[in-house]
Amino acid sequence: MSGLPILSLMLLVPLVGGLACLFAGAKAARWIALAATLVDLALGVVLWVNYDVGGAQWQFTERLPLFAGFSYALGIDGIALMLIMLSVFLMPICIGASWTSIQSRVGEYMAAFLLMETLMIGVFTAQDLFLFYIFFEAGLIPMYLIIGIWGGADRIYASYKFFLYTLLGSVLMLIAMLWMVNNAGTTDIPTLMAYDFDPAAQKWLWLAFFASFAVKMPMWPVHTWLPDAHVQAPTAGSVILAGVLLKMGGYGFIRFSLPMFPEASAQFAPLIFGLSMVAVVYTSLVALVQHDMKKLIAYSSVAHMAIVTVGLFAFNVQGLEGAMIVMLSHGLVSGALFLSVGVIYDRLHTREIDRYGGLSINMPYYALFFMVFTMASVGLPGTSGFVGEFLALAGIYQVSSWVTLVCTTGIILGAAYMLYLYRRVAFGVQKNADAAAMPDLSAREWAMMAPIAAVVLWMGVYPESFLRPMRADIAALDARLSRARPEGDAQLKLGAAKPAKTHEESH
Amino acid sequence: MDWQQSLRLVAPEELLSTAGLVLLLVAAWAGDKASRALSIAAVAVLVACAVMVAPALCSGAMGVETSAFYGQYRADAFASFAKLLIYAAAGAALIVAPAFFERVRAMRAEYPVLILFAVLGMGLMVSATDLMTLYIGLEMNSLAAYILAAFLRSDERSAEAGLKYFVLGALASGILLFGVSLIYGFTGGTSFAGISAALAGDLSVGATFGIVFVLAGLAFKIAAVPFHMWTPDVYEGAPTPVTMFFASAPNVAAMALTMRVTLGAFGTQVDAWQQIVIFAALASIVFGALGAIGQTNIKRLLAYSGINNVGFILIGLACATPQGASAMLVYLTIYVAMTVGGFVAVLMLKDADGAPVEAIADLAGLSRHRKVLSLCLAMVMFSLAGIPPLFGFWGKLVVFKAAVQAGLVPLAAIGIAASVIGAFYYIKIVKIMYFDEPAGTITGKSDWAHQALLALSALALSPLGYLATKWLGVLANSAAAALFDAA
Repeated sequence: MSGLPILSLMLLVPLVGGLACLFAGAKAARWIALAATLVDLALGVVLWVNYDVGGAQWQFTERLPLFAGFSYALGIDGIALMLIMLSVFLMPICIGASWTSIQSRVGEYMAAFLLMETLMIGVFTAQDLFLFYIFFEAGLIPMYLIIGIWGGADRIYASYKFFLYTLLGSVLMLIAMLWMVNNAGTTDIPTLMAYDFDPAAQKWLWLAFFASFAVKMPMWPVHTWLPDAHVQAPTAGSVILAGVLLKMGGYGFIRFSLPMFPEASAQFAPLIFGLSMVAVVYTSLVALVQHDMKKLIAYSSVAHMAIVTVGLFAFNVQGLEGAMIVMLSHGLVSGALFLSVGVIYDRLHTREIDRYGGLSINMPYYALFFMVFTMASVGLPGTSGFVGEFLALAGIYQVSSWVTLVCTTGIILGAAYMLYLYRRVAFGVQKNADAAAMPDLSAREWAMMAPIAAVVLWMGVYPESFLRPMRADIAALDARLSRARPEGDAQLKLGAAKPAKTHEESH
Repeated sequence: MDWQQSLRLVAPEELLSTAGLVLLLVAAWAGDKASRALSIAAVAVLVACAVMVAPALCSGAMGVETSAFYGQYRADAFASFAKLLIYAAAGAALIVAPAFFERVRAMRAEYPVLILFAVLGMGLMVSATDLMTLYIGLEMNSLAAYILAAFLRSDERSAEAGLKYFVLGALASGILLFGVSLIYGFTGGTSFAGISAALAGDLSVGATFGIVFVLAGLAFKIAAVPFHMWTPDVYEGAPTPVTMFFASAPNVAAMALTMRVTLGAFGTQVDAWQQIVIFAALASIVFGALGAIGQTNIKRLLAYSGINNVGFILIGLACATPQGASAMLVYLTIYVAMTVGGFVAVLMLKDADGAPVEAIADLAGLSRHRKVLSLCLAMVMFSLAGIPPLFGFWGKLVVFKAAVQAGLVPLAAIGIAASVIGAFYYIKIVKIMYFDEPAGTITGKSDWAHQALLALSALALSPLGYLATKWLGVLANSAAAALFDAA
């Protein structure tokens, strides 16, 4: 905190790198992009190390009144810090994933990715409502180009659908933002988070924000853009989409909908629960019958994000913490699963599950990593997936047993479709000669997979590292929500203390 | 109010008319070979005029001391703001023209002169505070514009565009005049201040008819739905530099004039015209967007895009507040930059022989061999669609902000939701340029003047444009304050 504008620097490095890539040759562009993302990762580590847990809520703040009507205001809390770490951690891996698979228009590709990184970090750091909106919406442009230029066969339909769907979701949020600014007289997000809007107005504002975040998240039934976009995007595009872009929806709920409109959030919680329950069961079943690996993982993303939404709207600390950990875990795990698909796609150029089989024989290391990520996706204890899902479901159990019951089936169904996928790809006989001839992971692929696997296990074994920076912020949010907290159906009561056994009063 | 002061206030118009006449004489004697020199001279005249009007804007001039000729004309900050935009757009139209016309040996000495006369008319329009001045300015601009539309005399499409523009323009002028006569009959005056005072209180049926007819005539001039039919045909047929001029300067002038009339002369009867404006705004947004989807010619597409943009600007007018007026001016400024950028990019699309390419299909794969050009055109498209971080977003933001402040939340919500329809065809252009396989048609070299103008407007539309929001906001606010002061 030596006055160095580290957040601005993190925005600037990829931006400058991206501009350089635009005018560089293919080879130079790859190295520039890798260097820029690694520098940003290093800056992210510096950010985390210097983040003062238990200090001020908003740290590393920067504020410049540059524009009319809004200002260039940056700052992070623990929640934003973790999501920024996720973004900067995944970016070099994305560049690595595109190293050889992208051969045409490399400079533009890398520029689009670096621009994307700037915008993602911008979304998580913006402290001004309109600045947030600008970063939030601007992400459409590079993602549209990434899907449309470097995507698969049906890329044009997918890119249109992605662009128009998310744009329609967001524009209504803009009107709500304008109304809020007009009503509260400030564009400052921390101030607005403490501002009490009229409950009658909150309803409309909440719905407008919901329109945007539900599409981004994505929630059933507005999730249909996601499988298309995922399947058609290049591997690294899918990683960024699943890893970070979907988190913008969850971040939006936790930063805007919940603290700014607590009453409306409580009022609409049943809606969220209903949609999430449908999503968990329905998309899991859909995932079960997919023939395309990417589509399967895309549907599983929708199911996982539904766990996030129920956790968020549980209105208690466990639910919120669980939702955050699921987001981080899902960012890593689904990113890694898309990478795993990318690895074999680069070799055989098909995502058809039936074209593979018995890969654990000729690609043992690959099969090992794929196994780790599959288990993390299922939520095996010891992996990151378990921590998040357990916390989120423990949180929602305090509110509604039925919602918990239905959402927990998602874990069972998740185990079904993921293990079924794994069996068909990695086990069984080597029925396809070309798949049997594929070489195991290269050094570059090791460098992409190993760090993610390490973090997945780290988060599974010692989640405290990731929960610690967020704890105070989640507690603050929980306190803010307490006045609107809905009655739970469980009505848990502490049993009357039995005097005979209390020889020590622990905490 | 003496004559000397009046003459001093109209100095830019005096300079324009004198210079126009002198250049006309030069053109008559020196012939077409002097056309490049005449263009340069005309640009110099516009720069001089801009220098003359700028102080009034910077000082936020308003009140009676800006009024000339017994309340017929006002040289206040509002007029200056609009005039600066008009001069800039006209200057761009002069700069891009020679390279375009010389290829077909059609660069005539009349072109810069006609532009100057059109600008003179537009200057009168935006300064008008009397129905007579309004009509004189409007016709002066229109007569020059009719000729400009048909400037490529040997080209059938250009002649058709000129004729169509003339016939429909004359009809619109007739409607406007009918409205003016009704207003005069029912209020007993032609000055905006007088009309405004006379309309206060209960509105008679005749005056209502007058308001409706005047608005219909003005809606034609700004190409708002349902009086937009002429736009695509005229834009397509007219030579591209002229189209660029039509899409920018006269649009600014007509919009500023509409603001003067509605907020000034009819300012006491907002309820009478607000619904009309709301309808025109939403209809323009929706029909402008839907109409553009099926287009195969890029100029027609930009014409529909212009209609669509007019809809957004009219949302600012529907607010009938100083914030709304200020937002309209900010939007108009950005709109001029987008229009100039878009049409300059279109001008740079040439095949191997240097002939202009207008079919959208020929843009396919442009990004492969014309990186910078397609990047700039993509920026213009995303900007027109209002996607941040490009500057076009700012225009939409301020307009919708004004609408929300004025309590028109449903209008803002419907308007912004309809803007998504428009986004479809803008991103379609980007798709054609970036996703499709190259068609290989566009290989011609571009003029350096075009490149410079395109770079300039791309820079303005880039996120760097946001750095200008502060002073743009201050200037637009003082201009809007002057407008409401005159009312």
